[in-house]
Amino acid sequence: MSIQEILKDMSYGPAPEDPSIVHEWLASRPDGFGHFIDGTFTAPGTTFEVQNPATGRVIARVTQGSAADVDAAVKAARKAQPAWADLSGHERARYLYAIARHVQQHARFLSVLEAIDNGKPIRETRDIDVPLVARHFYHHAGWAEIAVDELPWTEPYGVCGQVIPWNFPLLMLAWKIAPALAAGNTVVLKPAEYTPLTALAFAGICAEVGLPAGVVNIVTGDGETGAAIVGHEGIDKIAFTGSTEVGKTIRRQIAGTGKGLTLELGGKSPFVVFADADLDAAVEGVVDAIWFNQGQVCCAGARILVAEAVASRFEMLLRARMETLRVGDPLDKCTDMGAIVHPVQLERIRALVEQGKAEGVELHQGSAPEGCFYPPTLATNVEPASVLSTDEIFGPVVTMTTFRTPSEAVELANNTRYGLAASIWSENVNLCLDIAAQVKAGVVWINCTNVFDAGAGFGGYRESGFGREGGREGMMAYLRHPAPSGPAVELARLSAVPHDGGGTDAIDRTAKLFVGGKQSRPDSGYSYAVAGPAGPVGLAGLGNRKDIRNAVEAAAKAVGWGGATGHNRAQILYYMAENLSARSAEFAARLEALGAEPSAARAEVEAAIRRCFWYAAQADKFDGAVHQTKSAHVTLAMHEPLGVMGIVCPSQAPFLGFVSLVLPAIAMGNRVVTVPSQPYPLAATDLYQVFETSDLPAGVVNIVSGPRDELAKTLAGHDEVAGMWYVGGAEGSAMVERESAGNLKQTWTEADGARDWSGRDGQGRGFLHRATQVKNIWVPYGE
Amino acid sequence: MTVDERTAAALPATLAKGDPGRNPGMPLDLSMFDGHAVNRQATERRASTLGGRRSVKKAHQAAWLVNAIRLVDLTTLSGDDTAGKVRRLCAKARRPLAAHIVEGLGIADLGLTVGAVCVYPTMVPHAVEALDGSGIPVASVATGFPAGLMPLDLRLREIEWAVARGAHEIDIVITREHVLRQDWRALHDEVRQMREACGEAHMKAILATGDLQTLRNVYSASMVAMQAGADFIKTSTGKEGVNATLPVSLVMIRALRDYGLVTGHRIGFKPAGGMKQAKEALAWQVMMREELGRPWLEPDLFRFGASSMLGDIERQLEHHVTGRYAASHRHAAS
Repeated sequence: MSIQEILKDMSYGPAPEDPSIVHEWLASRPDGFGHFIDGTFTAPGTTFEVQNPATGRVIARVTQGSAADVDAAVKAARKAQPAWADLSGHERARYLYAIARHVQQHARFLSVLEAIDNGKPIRETRDIDVPLVARHFYHHAGWAEIAVDELPWTEPYGVCGQVIPWNFPLLMLAWKIAPALAAGNTVVLKPAEYTPLTALAFAGICAEVGLPAGVVNIVTGDGETGAAIVGHEGIDKIAFTGSTEVGKTIRRQIAGTGKGLTLELGGKSPFVVFADADLDAAVEGVVDAIWFNQGQVCCAGARILVAEAVASRFEMLLRARMETLRVGDPLDKCTDMGAIVHPVQLERIRALVEQGKAEGVELHQGSAPEGCFYPPTLATNVEPASVLSTDEIFGPVVTMTTFRTPSEAVELANNTRYGLAASIWSENVNLCLDIAAQVKAGVVWINCTNVFDAGAGFGGYRESGFGREGGREGMMAYLRHPAPSGPAVELARLSAVPHDGGGTDAIDRTAKLFVGGKQSRPDSGYSYAVAGPAGPVGLAGLGNRKDIRNAVEAAAKAVGWGGATGHNRAQILYYMAENLSARSAEFAARLEALGAEPSAARAEVEAAIRRCFWYAAQADKFDGAVHQTKSAHVTLAMHEPLGVMGIVCPSQAPFLGFVSLVLPAIAMGNRVVTVPSQPYPLAATDLYQVFETSDLPAGVVNIVSGPRDELAKTLAGHDEVAGMWYVGGAEGSAMVERESAGNLKQTWTEADGARDWSGRDGQGRGFLHRATQVKNIWVPYGE
Repeated sequence: MTVDERTAAALPATLAKGDPGRNPGMPLDLSMFDGHAVNRQATERRASTLGGRRSVKKAHQAAWLVNAIRLVDLTTLSGDDTAGKVRRLCAKARRPLAAHIVEGLGIADLGLTVGAVCVYPTMVPHAVEALDGSGIPVASVATGFPAGLMPLDLRLREIEWAVARGAHEIDIVITREHVLRQDWRALHDEVRQMREACGEAHMKAILATGDLQTLRNVYSASMVAMQAGADFIKTSTGKEGVNATLPVSLVMIRALRDYGLVTGHRIGFKPAGGMKQAKEALAWQVMMREELGRPWLEPDLFRFGASSMLGDIERQLEHHVTGRYAASHRHAAS
């Protein structure tokens, strides 16, 4: 075109990024890529094709990882791990720093390679993905340096198996590898089969900086390879980012193995626009939310909820903005949206949108070229039950629904099984923070969206997974509090068959269940005998699944507890200590009746009182943080309770074990449904009267005695229960972890009898850590 | 009808209609800006990412730079301005590029000139004379530029004086105090009178956004100036601590878009001050194209107030033509 012609239409013209260096690199591997194991690239094995989705051309062949490949990688990681963990933090920091530097030196190469492999526009890889990768390694070089001071009483897991998705191939690699290495773990990582190339380039960087062999191992392959990593017995911790469906499969697959697990899964995040928002800013927010990376973003703001008062203007502005989005060649610097990662994904998007159309939604679409591209799409007239409202599309499709009031906005925002992110738009800080506190999401962006930084935690609530990546909380996903282990105490079968003998002088006491602040008879109508050293000492209610159901319902209703101030909760805990103290003789006597020595019984009651004080003290002190992220942003990391928790108590230490688990949970604002020691529930049930006289609100603590594992199974399978602690047998632990996959509740299982509940192991920050989840709230400021 | 409803109703018409003529202004209507939210961080984010979203290369870049020349209000506003200096500026305005660059670009028959020459009132006669026959309009600052703190009747007389001596465009300054005290009535009345004093000359209202500080102030002041009949809204005098920035420009052009959506009138925009580089000329044009569309890349709706930017553009264009990097001393001074 001549200058004069261009002057007529003032078009942008082509602005291609030159891919020749990347093509040269790819051409240097004509036989395909092998894995990166034990510091060297293996010879290519059975290979599969990798395509550039924008052109459909095959750009490389990579090796399908076999079980033997995985085994070799795990062995290499295992061999390297002790020496890696034994390095000083400073020495590990130097390696991570070197990686960060080399990522920057190869920034353009990595950006171009990522764009070619994934189909995302070069603008994003160049301006967002790769700079964040470097930032992540720098940040974690820092954690390596200071973890020993900042995160004491923790240890690395050992060998981490990491399986990452195709939407941010290199960035997700960085999110996984940087904290793992900083903490002293070694890793076996599998990139997604659609996008393995930047991981292989990264392996080259590891070699370049002289990272010790075996510290990072990259095995390519499909889901089968991933399953081999997840299932490998030599792996201590699994970190997975991907679909909720696969996340649940992994949860079930490794149930009972003792492997650590963090999951960063799907989302259907709300994007809430209030009437007083800067609507132009919010429109641009939608662009960054759902038309970023072709909408293939787990935290994408996929559901616009807009105040009815401004809905028409907002829709007008949004549709006008859609017109200027450019979809096409990812390597063109004027491209806003590139290619969908793979034709399979394109088909999925098309099918879901077709389904939505059949349900009667109205579609507004921009344009997209032929091939593996999909246009920016706005769906209006969408009901909450529509598949477009409920299912994660993982494409550039956003729904729009109106609301009338802030409370309705919250209701709609939370009307999802996911809880990854939320974006809130209003110029009223009171409203913003109020809504931020109420949405169930691990990341809340106020007047912004899809803002990331290594210094802040990222991760979800509900079925969006558990664990955090980034920041202090992200480091905690790669460090564990040393936990005792050992064989679990075997429980005798519980029988409700009445039997004779063993009468006592005291007035007979039969412990009922404690549900919603009231003592209630078990649904079964049966009780079971509680034995002491000299025969039965009383009867306890034989709880069943209906009692659990009722108890969970009561706990769910006690929402006020989580909203109470830490000070208020502390006051109740102090009051409990006071009442416990007043009745210490009675409790000591009960423990003696159950077989404790008098001095030990008194010490146990005394320890329980001290524990009330300790958790009362923590109730308003287990603080969150203000993370150092971007300038002119306050990034608040808030500790929030999980919600309703199921707690299955140790059979041993029936009193102190119960107290040691319940106190941290309720101190943090959780409501609990507990199953007390199966053989000795009376020590726990005696606490009813303490709860009642200490002004503990109804429903905060519920107690259902009975057959431990049967009750645990009902709790673990209950979708209203957000967290589950189980102290019991190996089979029970596996069962709890398996059943928890239904709603991906956080679990903590431990062998009954392994822990000394009376000692230092019986209390600590580790309990509080497990009783909370971190919500990161991003608040940009500036007038 | 609420503003929202008016806006929504006006949208298709605005998109479809041609230019409905010069903005006549309207009575002060607070509902068009009162409570209008402008989020600083989001505005800055949009402004800072625009450059990464669009890129013009090679012939397209050259064309966009040539276009930028058409949009320049070539300016001298110094205490030491003289007739000679103004004549030299006007010569540059007539022939902004060296002949071999014009030829190399293949635009000899385009008759490329800058958009206007902008001077102080007493320099208007010199500029008018020097530009005679060129078709290049003379713009004059007025109303006690740059602070504007002169009695209103004198400011109005200054406008009339400049217009009488041949100025086609008048760049007025608003009274910042009215904005800072949110005395919108006073601002509207004053600018309204200035517009009347301009007569046929087009009026550019300088908001001096560096003094207004907040983006809400910028949006409100933009809207009041347009309601008072401004043909253009302009960021700065070039004398404030902070002059034209992309975020401030974004707020102003969204305001003029909103004004157009309600009234159907197209308002022009002029960033001024501090823009020295060719790449800035590209960045602002990209913003206009993305936010407002093609019509705002024409001199009737968009101008750059700049003096030294032209020199950098000329150097870049010489590089495009010759493949060698240029030195400014080889180009005609202005």
